[in-house]
Amino acid sequence: MRFLLNRLGQTLLTLFVMSLLVFIGVWLVGDPVDMLLSSNATPAERAGVIRAFGLDQSVWRQYLHFISQALQGDLGVSWVYNVPALKLIMQSMPATLELAFVAFLIALLLGIPLGVLAGIKPEGWVAKSIMGFSLLGFSLPSFWVGMMLIMLFSVKLGWLPASGRGPTQDILGIPVSFLSWDGIRHLILPALNLALFKIAIVIRLTRVGTMECLQQDYVRFARAKGLTSGRILFVHVLKNTLIPLITVLGLELGSIIAFAVVTETIYAWPGMGKLIIAAIGMLDRPVILAYLLMTVLMFTLINMLVDVLYVLVDPRVRHGGRK
Amino acid sequence: MTPVSSPSSSYSPWRSAIRHILRRPGALAGIVILLVMTMLALLAPVIAPQNPYDLSQLDILDGRLLPGSQSATGFTFWLGSDDQGRDMFSAILYGTRTSLWIGFISSFLALVIGTSLGIFSAWQGGRIDAVIMRIVDIQLSFPPILIALILLTLFGQGAEKIVLALVITQWAYYTRAVRGNALVEMERNYVAAAKTLALSQPRIMFHHVLPNCLPSLTVVATLRIAYAIMLEATLSFLGIGLPVTQPSLGLLIANGFDYLLSGDYWISLYPGMVLLLLIIAINLLGDALRDITNPQREAR
Repeated sequence: MRFLLNRLGQTLLTLFVMSLLVFIGVWLVGDPVDMLLSSNATPAERAGVIRAFGLDQSVWRQYLHFISQALQGDLGVSWVYNVPALKLIMQSMPATLELAFVAFLIALLLGIPLGVLAGIKPEGWVAKSIMGFSLLGFSLPSFWVGMMLIMLFSVKLGWLPASGRGPTQDILGIPVSFLSWDGIRHLILPALNLALFKIAIVIRLTRVGTMECLQQDYVRFARAKGLTSGRILFVHVLKNTLIPLITVLGLELGSIIAFAVVTETIYAWPGMGKLIIAAIGMLDRPVILAYLLMTVLMFTLINMLVDVLYVLVDPRVRHGGRK
Repeated sequence: MTPVSSPSSSYSPWRSAIRHILRRPGALAGIVILLVMTMLALLAPVIAPQNPYDLSQLDILDGRLLPGSQSATGFTFWLGSDDQGRDMFSAILYGTRTSLWIGFISSFLALVIGTSLGIFSAWQGGRIDAVIMRIVDIQLSFPPILIALILLTLFGQGAEKIVLALVITQWAYYTRAVRGNALVEMERNYVAAAKTLALSQPRIMFHHVLPNCLPSLTVVATLRIAYAIMLEATLSFLGIGLPVTQPSLGLLIANGFDYLLSGDYWISLYPGMVLLLLIIAINLLGDALRDITNPQREAR
């Protein structure tokens, strides 16, 4: 319990510091007044805009105002679209989350079997080629791979669409695109692109875990008991490999969401990443602030959840934390 | 092959590391590729058939020519030309130069800052150590691309700004690695011996402990350089990294993106392959260094 409170306190502190940093930082960027007014505006109009947006107050005042509004779910109005910034973020969030989850799933479904395979006979040619692929996965610049996928599958072969999201249907009010064939066709390339780096990580983790587990006494015991190697591998070894994998992957889920910025830009996927890059280009401060705060919030929450789960799963950490 | 901390001066961890590298074909290939690319990048002004950023040398009529085409002035675009009529081969040489120096400078600065903080943290211990490590933990819980994105949103574009952003995203990796290492080293006998000689604590930390942390630090540094180069390319691709006047490999790839759908693959393909080669070379070297500094891994 003490650990949980401690962890919660740390999360709140991180959120506060990050919100302050982000706010001060974004406050220092450019002069938004020039953005909002045409070049032939009168000084009176100028003063009016400054007052209307609260830009004449001190930074601290603006921050306090901003944070009290933020806690009520009001992150300001986009200067470009004249729509609440939070609404813009929330509208594009399902697209990003869908992409991230599908990529995550691909990484697990491809990475775990390949990793186990590479861990059984680490010196064999299968393992060597899987590890070669993994090195490639780490080294390939993901935006370049994304472009090459478009070139191959969209331009040359014409099998899959190069950009955009397919038609969406609502599930519980959340628009998703994986229910129709056209939606899936639009999902394949971006999800694969986003998954590539994670597949490489999952392969490495699973391989190391498998190799370590295979040397344990319980595996030797299971062999002595006459269990089939398939049963040993998939029931005993895999189960013990998964525990460290889950903790690492929890954190990787967050990084997938962050990396979606790149994939979304390449495939014109209408998610949060594409929104923020556009907002940066147009100096749309409320949207930039809202995006950064929402992402930081998402991250700190994911990190906290992973930590708490880890403690629940592994009693050793729980007891160490109490001391 | 155990990491020796014996005072005998005939043993050199560096010489033994070099011997081990030369025995591994992957690592050797990595070093050779890296050296060749660095040479080519340094000699870019001499080798390149064209200065790709001297507008007077460009002819818009040469725009988007296939690899192997002849230019109006008679030389051959071996890797094709971009929309401005720029020779891709020359542009890649200059782009590699930009990518390399940004990767190296930012990693070097992060190494110096991160290492000093890590040593300082291990030396001070107690509350200072706890605070520094808490900051490191928090920073490392955010993906580097997100931090870089936030920073560049704040700073704006520019080479020195991207170097600054890369340093801020990378220092924590060095701090964590070096602190852990230093804590182990501080338990060793040579540190006790140095203490009995009444050497000052800073001297012990920076003169005796730090050199013994260096082998494992080189591993972190190699992999970080590869990451920094990749991150810079990604940020430049997103249009928030380098300005167009200083194209790195990432910017060249981004430039070709607009023409990809019309089938002009070479503008993006070749800079991407060079970037890939560069990163693979550094990663191969890093993997080999890791096996050398951690003999247990090699045994597997």
